Amino acid sequence: MDIHEYQAKKILSGFGVTIPRGGIAYSPENAENKARELGGSKWVVKAQVHSGARGKAGGIIICNSSLEVAQAADKLLGKKLVTNQTGPEGKITNRVYIEEATDIKKELYLGLVFDRSSESIMVVASTEGGMSVEEISKKKPETIIRSKIEVAVGMQKFQAREIAFGLKIEPNLIARAADTIIGCYRAFSELDATMVEVNPLVISNQDQILALDCKMSFDNNALFRRNQVSELRDKSQENPNEVYASDRGLNYVSLDGNIGNIINGAGLAMASMDMIKLAGGEPANFLDVGGGATPEKIVKAFKLISMDEKVKVILVNIFAGINRCDWVAEGIVQALEKIEIKVPIVIRLAGTNVEKGNKILKESKIKYIEANTLEDAANKAVKALGN
Amino acid sequence: MSVLIDKKTKIIVQGFTGKMGSFHAEEMIKYGSNIVGGVTPGKGGMKHLNLPVFNTVKEAVNNTGASASILFVPPAFAADSAMEAADAGIKTCVAIVDGIPSHDMIKIKRYMRRYSRTEKMTLVGPNCAGVISPGKAMLGIMPGHIYKEGKIGIIGRSGTLGYEAAQQLKNLNIGVSTSVGIGGDPINGSSFKDILEKFEQDDETEAILMIGEIGGPQEVAAGKFAKENMKKPVIAYIAGLTAPKGRVMGHAGAIVSAYGESAVEKVELLKECGVIISKNPSVMGETVKSALNSKT
Repeated sequence: MDIHEYQAKKILSGFGVTIPRGGIAYSPENAENKARELGGSKWVVKAQVHSGARGKAGGIIICNSSLEVAQAADKLLGKKLVTNQTGPEGKITNRVYIEEATDIKKELYLGLVFDRSSESIMVVASTEGGMSVEEISKKKPETIIRSKIEVAVGMQKFQAREIAFGLKIEPNLIARAADTIIGCYRAFSELDATMVEVNPLVISNQDQILALDCKMSFDNNALFRRNQVSELRDKSQENPNEVYASDRGLNYVSLDGNIGNIINGAGLAMASMDMIKLAGGEPANFLDVGGGATPEKIVKAFKLISMDEKVKVILVNIFAGINRCDWVAEGIVQALEKIEIKVPIVIRLAGTNVEKGNKILKESKIKYIEANTLEDAANKAVKALGN
Repeated sequence: MSVLIDKKTKIIVQGFTGKMGSFHAEEMIKYGSNIVGGVTPGKGGMKHLNLPVFNTVKEAVNNTGASASILFVPPAFAADSAMEAADAGIKTCVAIVDGIPSHDMIKIKRYMRRYSRTEKMTLVGPNCAGVISPGKAMLGIMPGHIYKEGKIGIIGRSGTLGYEAAQQLKNLNIGVSTSVGIGGDPINGSSFKDILEKFEQDDETEAILMIGEIGGPQEVAAGKFAKENMKKPVIAYIAGLTAPKGRVMGHAGAIVSAYGESAVEKVELLKECGVIISKNPSVMGETVKSALNSKT
């Protein structure tokens, strides 16, 4: 789960990381008042959307008067911000963050992620802040510092110091920088995060070390024990069909093609999508109804797919194990009696009681195209596009 | 032979008296697995499915001599149960449960470092279908009848895609020595490489089918291991050609975040290691068959 920049900053500040003073606003008037409250003569108005690269997309505006703050807020609020990470549809800006401007002396990069090969937490840092980590590794790979943290004992002071020295931070600021790095590590490990990225981490002209921008993601599997994190979810930043699906226990990812999929199991779903692609088609979605493929889930899946206007053909591929094909077939028939589907449906059943399952489908009133193998199903789905 | 389990392996079920635990314990018993009891804290002394229930895994191991366990406990308590099994001397533990936090998985793996290589428990999963040695024993939730007894080792992340493979093999009259579901999570108990190592040493496994997917370094690490250490042919299929970068595809671990993690890149890297590639999921069985033919 992702959260907004201002939420991530607030979390980090709770772990001893210094952040610029700022406040959230929902309207231009609100924004103007926030700027007055903060005082000073220069502010930054930042669109709060779940994406990086907001600056380049016009989502971060520097202002020299409270009137300009109001105008900037007016420009951003209620509009979709399209960055190179949001896709062409963009993400809606419902709140802006007003922050006092910082005089930047130096911009650094600091990121923490899981390292799947060593199964530990990896700190990635660079003297070249402000660029994305992908850009840094392309343009300035020699500046990248990596430090593997043993999770059983946590980050040690010397490790944080090593990173700080590696970032060429002045000696009088090393202790402060080390505390900042340890603060980020603690936020990662104590809140079940999967990513903490402070980019840039800046040293100001006043020699403060500040998290100027921050992104955090969390392990969905751990949200049950992180109430303060799960409350930060903002559904307006997610694809509405994906929200609909995840709220109903379905694993769904919206894609660009026109063949809708209903499949049980994530691996089989990916494999079926591969077959569609190899047959010359493009999947409209990834959808895993769960290994069991219960009738309730199948009804929900058909409802979800029918909401997607891109879909011109639906491919159902269920490998039934202990949940036999006859039971799954009854589920499909029930679902199609409840929901009207106007596009062709290709159904492939396999596994336990496949003959019984196919017989139930055939004897029902539903209109569908029967398929036997994965390949057959994909070919028939692509062919049905032409009809 | 087989790896991890056989007909004699004594098995206990952790979370025995719950709905899931009871249902699958019965299925495993029907298949012929040697289930000797179960654990549900607080229900020790009871009988369930005509088998003894214990309060702790230690008590269960001491009384039954069990060496394997299967976990049907909710994700929040799964790490604790896996560590309890390791501490009680269980040798093979299968965690079916989906939804264990990654930080907990790391904790389990660190905890198990206290044991020497010979004493260490093999944890399989989580988020997997389990282990089956066809005709001998099932320590999982798969439909046992789709697996024919034979000489192919299967290692896979996904449950139903693994069934698909077993069915394709069966249709070609090819059987399986053991099928191991290592699960779809980013951090898992056993990697592809860990299980390949076991299959290489198993007398009756002739070739291994690896069913991988996008995300993480494990498939490629296994390919490198095969190139350097294995004589038996390894066949692989990698799912997720169409998966966009940075999106989680159902399995928590199925996300492309670095070079070498997409399906196309994994296939290229595996080919360089001499792994035989099944070019699509519909020909996993046929690819294994032709690999076997060219071997003899």
